[in-house]
Amino acid sequence: MTGLLETTGLTRRYGSLVALDGVSLSVAAGARHAVIGPNGAGKSTLFALVTGGLRPTAGRVVFDGQDVTRRPDHARARAGMGKTFQHSSLFTSLPVLDNVALATQLAAGRGMAMLRPARRQVAVQEQAMRQLEQVGLAGRAATPAAALSHGERRQLEVALALAGSPKLLLLDEPTAGMSAADSSRFAELVESLGAAVTVLIIEHDLDVVFRLATRVTVLHLGRVLADGAPDEIRADETVQRAYLGDAALDDLFFEAAP
Amino acid sequence: MRRVAAGAALGLLAVVPLLVSSNVADMLSRVLAFALLALGLDLLAGIGGLPSLGQAAPFGVGAYTAALLAKHATTVAPLQLLAATAAGAALSAAVGWLLVRSRGTYFLMLTLAVGEIVHELADRWEGVTGGTNGLAGIPAITLVPGGAPVRLAGVRYWYVLAAVLVCGAALVTVSRSAFGRTLRGVRDNEERMRSLGYRTFLPKYAVFCIAGAAAGAGGALWVARARFVSPADLGFEVSAMALLAVVIGGRGSLWGAALGAAVVVLVREELSPQLGGRGPLVLGLVFVAAVYLLPRGFAGTRLRWPSSPGDHPGGPPDPAGRRGTAAT
Amino acid sequence: MTAVLGDNLVTIVDGVAFGVLLFTIAVGLSLVFGIMDVLNLAHGALYLVGAYLADQFAGDGQAGIGGFLVAGLAATVVGAAAGAGLAVMTRPLARRGHLDQALLTLGVALIVGDLLSARFGNDVQSVPPPRFLAGSVSLAGRDYPSYRLAVIVAGLLLAVIVYLLVERSRVGALVRATVADAPMVRAMGVDTGRLVMAVFAFGVMLACLGGVLGAPVLGAYPGLDERVLILGLVVVVLGGLGSVGGAFLGAMVIGQVEVLGVSLLPQYASFLVFGTMALVLLARPAGILGRAGKLG
Repeated sequence: MTGLLETTGLTRRYGSLVALDGVSLSVAAGARHAVIGPNGAGKSTLFALVTGGLRPTAGRVVFDGQDVTRRPDHARARAGMGKTFQHSSLFTSLPVLDNVALATQLAAGRGMAMLRPARRQVAVQEQAMRQLEQVGLAGRAATPAAALSHGERRQLEVALALAGSPKLLLLDEPTAGMSAADSSRFAELVESLGAAVTVLIIEHDLDVVFRLATRVTVLHLGRVLADGAPDEIRADETVQRAYLGDAALDDLFFEAAP
Repeated sequence: MRRVAAGAALGLLAVVPLLVSSNVADMLSRVLAFALLALGLDLLAGIGGLPSLGQAAPFGVGAYTAALLAKHATTVAPLQLLAATAAGAALSAAVGWLLVRSRGTYFLMLTLAVGEIVHELADRWEGVTGGTNGLAGIPAITLVPGGAPVRLAGVRYWYVLAAVLVCGAALVTVSRSAFGRTLRGVRDNEERMRSLGYRTFLPKYAVFCIAGAAAGAGGALWVARARFVSPADLGFEVSAMALLAVVIGGRGSLWGAALGAAVVVLVREELSPQLGGRGPLVLGLVFVAAVYLLPRGFAGTRLRWPSSPGDHPGGPPDPAGRRGTAAT
Repeated sequence: MTAVLGDNLVTIVDGVAFGVLLFTIAVGLSLVFGIMDVLNLAHGALYLVGAYLADQFAGDGQAGIGGFLVAGLAATVVGAAAGAGLAVMTRPLARRGHLDQALLTLGVALIVGDLLSARFGNDVQSVPPPRFLAGSVSLAGRDYPSYRLAVIVAGLLLAVIVYLLVERSRVGALVRATVADAPMVRAMGVDTGRLVMAVFAFGVMLACLGGVLGAPVLGAYPGLDERVLILGLVVVVLGGLGSVGGAFLGAMVIGQVEVLGVSLLPQYASFLVFGTMALVLLARPAGILGRAGKLG
């Protein structure tokens, strides 16, 4: 069965440096698919190739049955990819609500509407408000985005990515810099999305990964090292070695007994 | 509160010709025409994030269009205005299609280059533009077909004021619309807009053309008062003065751009003789001061954006967010 | 046949002379933009300062080569000081973005331009070349001003010096490294702030010297600063920001286009210049030899 997202032999070279080498993976519809790997494994490169930030040297990206390899980033977004940025990428001069409204107004086809004042486009504004409620930022709707705390910015990031009702949500190290409490809240949010939204998450925090993921791909030095169910990956010795050399470190992969 | 202030200002502007000499009314006409150029540039640069040093080009094209129409076709001012607006928009549409594909400093340089090309064109195309001598002896405007030529500075002023109010209102409407929000989004974070699905070329191109139209309109109004146009009206200096006006007034604030325009024209033309002719020097100093003192850079994070329907009655939220963080 | 060749040869040599002058302006613009992403809009004004310095010290035609040497010395000092001053002025704005820094230089350009107007008036000042270069040589059967040949020689010498400094010296290596990756260079313990100031001073100094060199060719008058700035920008865009070789190549190309254009198609000279720039930018947004990624 073909996944919602399929990459085939995805390769990215910079001269003689190979950042990604023949990566093929399949993200099933409704899955929460995590991509993990030590630093330099090529996770960011893979993310950029899938979302359209980079062109591959070789290989294909097929999304929802369409070959999007040659399509620019905005076309992939319109096709149903919603992404977050590793470092919060917001519209700092606008209030929180308007940040999200930019996404909802596009979905409503009002991106170029020049006549009516924006705040009178009730449907757009209300839809934006609903998105904020979903991520828990409703109380901050009028706050300038520049004034948000770090955790709130990450929440807004997700709201922006979700506001266009994407089929595939791509998260790039979403819990980086978050406290344990915030990470947990974030994981709850992703869980609450249900099967309607497929999730591809690049993540370092293995707690979050093993809580959320229904499938895990491990990258190492630009190649797929392992790909399977979370439990399989945990037990995989080659994966453990890749992360930490030869020292066996069960406590990285297994919670201490309560 | 702001509405009251705006109403009072407009009222004052309306009765001005009854209170002052025709020279002052004339000067104010110049201020208003230039302000329209600055407003368009503010929409382009302050709100759209596309700073341009070439707005003198559509301004001049609009001025020449109005002048040529006056000499050869019609002295009806509103028609000249329409034609000039269309001409300014057309020029911007023709070059903007290529120009807005570039970013930041490259875009700035390209607009400079376009401004220079148009300037050269005005200089050399003697058959049409009169070359370096420009076009003189332009007939006075009439307000309606077959009407009497307007010779009183005060009446001319009212016409210019009316035109600027109408065009200004259009620009304000655009600024507050969903499209205006799109522009701010592109200005703040173009990459993010693309990741949301926006084809960012379109809003940038659109605002470039709108700014060109506003500049063209300003050019027609300028000629209506001056009755003379020359390549100097298309020069780099005009573009620089317009950008100066926007920067002084606070980028992204349309009212501010109009005030900035007033400062520029006043210093350059009225105060300059009293400053020993060193108007440009003073303006340069004001410019440098404005660049240093404006709170945030060209991203213009001064919040002029009305947020939800329950907008803060006391004015826009504190841009530094100091009140905001206390709310939770 | 020889007549046609002769005509064109003269024009081509003119183009080289003009190109060499453009190089002195463009290389400073290019280096400053390359190292700190600042578009120095005051560059043309400082060229004009150099031109007026030449007028001041050698304008009456009696001073000979000495006057030009004094002017050149003054230009070196004034240009370096101005460049360092601009570096200091733009530094606080670095956090706010490159456009703000460019705007600041625009303000400075207005100030300098007006001060020059106040001091020297609005007439076109023509500066005669030093006496021993005031004659002409025979070039392809025509009389060609010797001074322009001297400009070419001086300019090429300058180009070689700049090239050696930037591409072959240790300081140059540091500059190129900073252009590529400033935080890395800082991590190595190098004070990039002083490096930036040095580059700015050097670049502006070159423009000022260019003004002295070019005074007998282009004269000095209000408005020359604009013309020179814009042509310099075209050259830099063409040749790629941050590249000395690119600035040279671009300057040679534009020098030829401008001069040939003026002689062959006077009505359309500007269009050729800017048209060339537009075409190059569309095909290669980073310029002929430029680096992608420095797109503002």
